[in-house]
Amino acid sequence: MESWRAQPLVFLVFLLPGLFWLALFFFIPLGLIWGIALGERVGPAEIEITWTLQNYIHALDPLYLGLFVKSFWIALLATALCLVLSFPVALAISFAPARIKPLLLLLIILPFWTNLLIRTYAMIAVLRTQGYVNWSLEWLWGVGKLLLAPIGFEPVLGESFTPLQLLYNNTAVVVGIVYVYLPFMVLPLYATLDKLDRSYLEASLDLGASQLRTFFAVTVPLAMPGIVSGIILVFIPALGTFLISDLLGGPDSQLIGNVIERQFKSANNLPLGSAMSFILLYITFVALALRAWLSRRAERDG
Amino acid sequence: MSATPTPAIVQLQGVTKRFGSFTAVERTNLEIPTNAFFALLGPSGCGKTTLLRMLAGFESPTEGSILIDGQEMSRVPPNRRPVNMVFQSYAVFPHMTVAENVAYGLKVSGVPRAEIGPRVRDALAMVRLTGLEGRKPDQMSGGQRQRVALARALVKRPKVLLLDEPLSALDKKLREEMQLELVRLQHEVGITFIVVTHDQEEALSMADRIAVMEKGRILQIAPPRELYEQPNCRFVAGFIGAMNLFEAQVRAADNGHAQLEVKGVGALQVPVDHTPPRGPATLAVRPEKLRLFTARPEAQGARLSGLVEQLAYFGDTSQVYVRLGDGERVTVTHHNATRSTAAGLAAGQPVWLGFDPADAILLTD
Repeated sequence: MESWRAQPLVFLVFLLPGLFWLALFFFIPLGLIWGIALGERVGPAEIEITWTLQNYIHALDPLYLGLFVKSFWIALLATALCLVLSFPVALAISFAPARIKPLLLLLIILPFWTNLLIRTYAMIAVLRTQGYVNWSLEWLWGVGKLLLAPIGFEPVLGESFTPLQLLYNNTAVVVGIVYVYLPFMVLPLYATLDKLDRSYLEASLDLGASQLRTFFAVTVPLAMPGIVSGIILVFIPALGTFLISDLLGGPDSQLIGNVIERQFKSANNLPLGSAMSFILLYITFVALALRAWLSRRAERDG
Repeated sequence: MSATPTPAIVQLQGVTKRFGSFTAVERTNLEIPTNAFFALLGPSGCGKTTLLRMLAGFESPTEGSILIDGQEMSRVPPNRRPVNMVFQSYAVFPHMTVAENVAYGLKVSGVPRAEIGPRVRDALAMVRLTGLEGRKPDQMSGGQRQRVALARALVKRPKVLLLDEPLSALDKKLREEMQLELVRLQHEVGITFIVVTHDQEEALSMADRIAVMEKGRILQIAPPRELYEQPNCRFVAGFIGAMNLFEAQVRAADNGHAQLEVKGVGALQVPVDHTPPRGPATLAVRPEKLRLFTARPEAQGARLSGLVEQLAYFGDTSQVYVRLGDGERVTVTHHNATRSTAAGLAAGQPVWLGFDPADAILLTD
C-alpha cells in the first residue's frame, strides 16, 4: 500500500475529484454554518459575522437545553430498541442456509429503495386510529368477544372497541426512528456475526455453558465491534431527526432537529440554527471520542 | 496383560450420519477402552471429524446409538456431556485472559469460587503455562494457545478428551514436542484421549490404538505396530507408511502357508494368518524390508532386478526408486550403513532386490 509514494501524481489525480466534491459540498458549507453561528442578523437576509457567542448562549437557553436532552434520550431509547430488535435478526441471518442469506439481506435493505418521506407516511397508515394496528386489534377484540360469549364473560371486553391512540405522540416518534434506522443496526451486526468463528460458540457449549450463557458470555462480547458501529450509525441520525418527529409526533414531540429546521425556514434565524447545529455536532464528537477512549482502555486492560 | 478386559468408555453401535444425500459415517461400530490414547486416522473427508463431533454432541447420528460411560448420549446436549474438546483452531476466547479461559468451564457449571482458583492453577501448571495467567490469547504463540485449550478442557475433568487435529497448525519442531507432551499428559491425567488426525506419523507415535477410516467406514482397528506390519487391506497398507504392491495369484493355501504366483517375481510361498481364497490378490512389501544389491548376489533371496531411476538422499537412509524389467516401479529404503554405501549408487545403475517372504503381506481385498 506504499505504492502511492512511487507514483504521487497518479495518486493525486485519482484523489482530486473526491477531494473537490468533499470541499465543495461538505467543508465549505460546514465552514459557512460555523461562521454564521458566530454572526448577527443585520437585515432580513443579511448576516454579518461579528464573532459573537450570543447565539450559542441563546441556544443553551433552558427551553432549548431541555429539547437537546429530550432528543438525546429519544435517540438513545430508539438506538437501544434497534439493538435489541436487530440482534436476533442478524443472528438468524448469519445462521441461515447460505442459499437464502442474500434474500434475507435483501429484505432488510429493501425499505432503502423507498423514499424516507413515503416510508414515514406508511407508518401513519399503520399507526393511525383507522390504521392496520387498530384494525387488527379490533378484529382480535371481535374474536375474543365471540369466544367469551358462551361462558358469559364477554362484558369484560366492553360495549364497543375503542381504537388506541398510537399516532402523534413520543412513542410514535420512537417507533418511527426504530423502523427507519433498523437496517443500519442489522447490517453491521450481521457483518460481525457472520465472520464469527463458530468454534468459539461450540467451545462454550462444550465447556458446559447453556445457549443463553454462551450468548451473553461469548457471542455478545465478540460481536462488540458490530454493536458499536450499529449504535453510532443509528444514534447519530436519530439525534438530528426532524422529519419523523414532524410527521409522527404530536405537539409535545418537538425535537431539537425541528427547532433547527424552523430557524432555517419560518423563523429565519440562521445564526441561532447554526449554533444549535454545531452544538449537536459537538455532542456527536464527544460521543465518538468517548467510544474511542473506551475501546482504547478495553484494549489496554486486555 | 491382565485377563480382565478394560470396560469400554465409548461405544458406538451402528452409527450412521447423513448430510442430505451424503453419508459421512456409515453403520459404524466402535469400542474405545478406558484410559486409551485412541486415534481416528484417515484422509480428509473420511468421516473422522464427523465421528468426533457426534461424540461431542455437535452432530447427532442419523441412526445408531452412542454410549459414553454406559450412558446413551443421543438426547444429551453438548454442555451436559462428560467430554471436552480441543478444537482444531483451539477456539481460545480472545476476549478473556488465559486464567479466565481456563476458569470459564468451571464457572458456568457452578463450581464453588474457592475451588476454581486452585484448579485453574493446577491445570496451567500441568500444561506448563504457570505465570501467563494474565495474558490475552493474541499475545501468545500457537503452541501456547493450544496449551490453554488443553488446560481449559482438562480442568473440567472429563471422562473423555476429544482432540480435533491438535497438531496440524503447529510447525514441525513444535509438533514433535507436543506429541510427547500429549502422551505425557494422557499418562498423568488417566483420561481417555480420542484424537482425530490425517497424519499417520502423528497417530503411530502417540496412540496406543488406531482406527483407520475411509469413506465413512472403519477399515481396521489395531495397535500401531500391528497396523504397520499387518494391514488388513490395500488402503490401510498404502495409507500407513509407504508400500510396494505386486499383483499376485493365490494358487493354493493350507495350514499357515499360501502358494503364490507373483508378477515379476515368480512362484513364492508366504506365511499367512488366515487361509486366503484362491484367485487374485496383492503382495505388499515395505520399502525398508527390501534389500538392495549392486551385484547379482550368489545367495538366495534376490528375486527382482531393475535399474535405479531416481535417488533421494536423507543422510541415514536413501530412498531408491527402481524401475523393474516389467515397467513397475518399486521404492527401497537403503540404509547408509557405511560411509561409502550411498556413494556406490547412481541413477541408471542395474540393481537386484530381495526380501524375506515372511516380511511380505498378502492382501486379498
